[in-house]
Amino acid sequence: MLLSIDWILFLEKLILIAIVIFASLGIALYTTFAERKVAAVLQDRPGPNRAGPFGLFQPFADGLKLIMKEEIIPNTSNKVLFVLGPFLAMTAALMTSAVIPWSSDVHLFGRVIPLQIADVNIGILYIFAVVSLGVYGIMIGGWASNNKFSLMAALRGASQAISYELAMGLSLIALLMTTGTLQLGEIVKQQMEPGHWWNIVYQPLGFLIFIICAFAECNRTPFDLPEAENELNFGYHQEYSSMKLGFYLFSEYVNMFISSVVMATLYFGGYDVPFLNESLLSPNVAAILGVVALLIKVVIFIFIFMWVRWTIPRFRYDQLMNLGWKSLVPLALANMLITGALILWMGK
Amino acid sequence: MQALTNRAQPVNRKPMTFWERLYLINIFKGMLITFSHIFKKQPTIQYPEQKRPFSPVFRGLHVLNRDEEGRERCTACGLCAVACPAEAITMEAAERLPGEENLYREEKYAARYEINMLRCIFCGLCEEACPKDAIYLSETFAPANFNRTTFIYGKQDLLIPNPVTEPEAYAKAKGLN
Repeated sequence: MLLSIDWILFLEKLILIAIVIFASLGIALYTTFAERKVAAVLQDRPGPNRAGPFGLFQPFADGLKLIMKEEIIPNTSNKVLFVLGPFLAMTAALMTSAVIPWSSDVHLFGRVIPLQIADVNIGILYIFAVVSLGVYGIMIGGWASNNKFSLMAALRGASQAISYELAMGLSLIALLMTTGTLQLGEIVKQQMEPGHWWNIVYQPLGFLIFIICAFAECNRTPFDLPEAENELNFGYHQEYSSMKLGFYLFSEYVNMFISSVVMATLYFGGYDVPFLNESLLSPNVAAILGVVALLIKVVIFIFIFMWVRWTIPRFRYDQLMNLGWKSLVPLALANMLITGALILWMGK
Repeated sequence: MQALTNRAQPVNRKPMTFWERLYLINIFKGMLITFSHIFKKQPTIQYPEQKRPFSPVFRGLHVLNRDEEGRERCTACGLCAVACPAEAITMEAAERLPGEENLYREEKYAARYEINMLRCIFCGLCEEACPKDAIYLSETFAPANFNRTTFIYGKQDLLIPNPVTEPEAYAKAKGLN
């Protein structure tokens, strides 16, 4: 029958989706804690250490506090959009994880289960599309609040995201010229091949542009202009309270996690364990090792995100635009040109 | 203009070099500085468990003293109230009745003695003014409270425990053990 559905496949994907979403949320939860700890340690303080052993229950205390707060929807706001904003931001942040290859295939109950929700052949395009959707969360939230500061911040956030997406896309084109595929699983497999290095070796400049743009896309310092406290009070989520505010703050951390995963996948071999031939191990062991390797890379990236945040002050808005349009875009174009020339010259 | 000191330095207005304009190197240097702070010793004191020792001249909450036989030293002369710049001290004097010699050292005593801890600036002038060594400032400070009236300390809050009837509490208040 044509319409017969592979129910086990359906179940398998459903379980995988649940695991990925809860894992992203859990990691984001503890990223908030890690952020406070890293900030504290970089400033010679111990950081939160009262809730539970080493303060490990702190994120739950923070979450509980946000949930218990009074929910305020301003009278003059557009109520539907006001509620929609944080959910859009969160959904867009979580949707990206669908195309990421978390590890190699697992063999369970006689089935081969790929640890990737959807290995679509336009994986990178999909990520770009969904990341752009995240801007709507900011825009709608800022506009629906009916507050001039929120609107200003939302406008800034939108123009910043659009400007930096451009440079990010251009830096990726150079990468795609070397890999020849948009499929994320395929990109990782290429990097795992013996004799082939991680893409960072072939695209150092591209990675630099990509990581700078990733900072801007996640609205992290030095590019956290939508949240510039000293001129825009609190930015686009100023009118938000309770868990809606929590969703906004939380989606920022989910975004950070996802962009770390994307960077690790594209440039640092994804779930590849360096100096180890995975094909010699049994597939399940290799898969577990792969997940661990990917998570270690992600943790390092998240630490770099925080490290930069607590080192560099914020850019001014014109500096931000100058950097994006006058430095990063030409640099990305030049990178593309060099890559193309090298590919022609080496005859790859 | 004549420089006041020889430490003045002209502002460097040289245009930035290419490497400086690139920012990345300086950002990396800054990141190294912040990273080095991970290994620095933290000056934090975990307060309720650890306490920082006060200096010997610390001026904390007031204590009304007793003599060796447990009699109140205060004679309600009012010199502390006069000396007090914040006008935090009020008192009412009373005459010692026959049979109260074991309670009060002299013929006059303070029937009511109040210090408003919200007004007090802990300058210690009352301690200096007292001719009878009756008031001195201890090494504790007023605990936080929800109610303003609780910050007006009466005699029962200020008096040191009696060394004759409650020697242990007295020793503790003195910080002897």
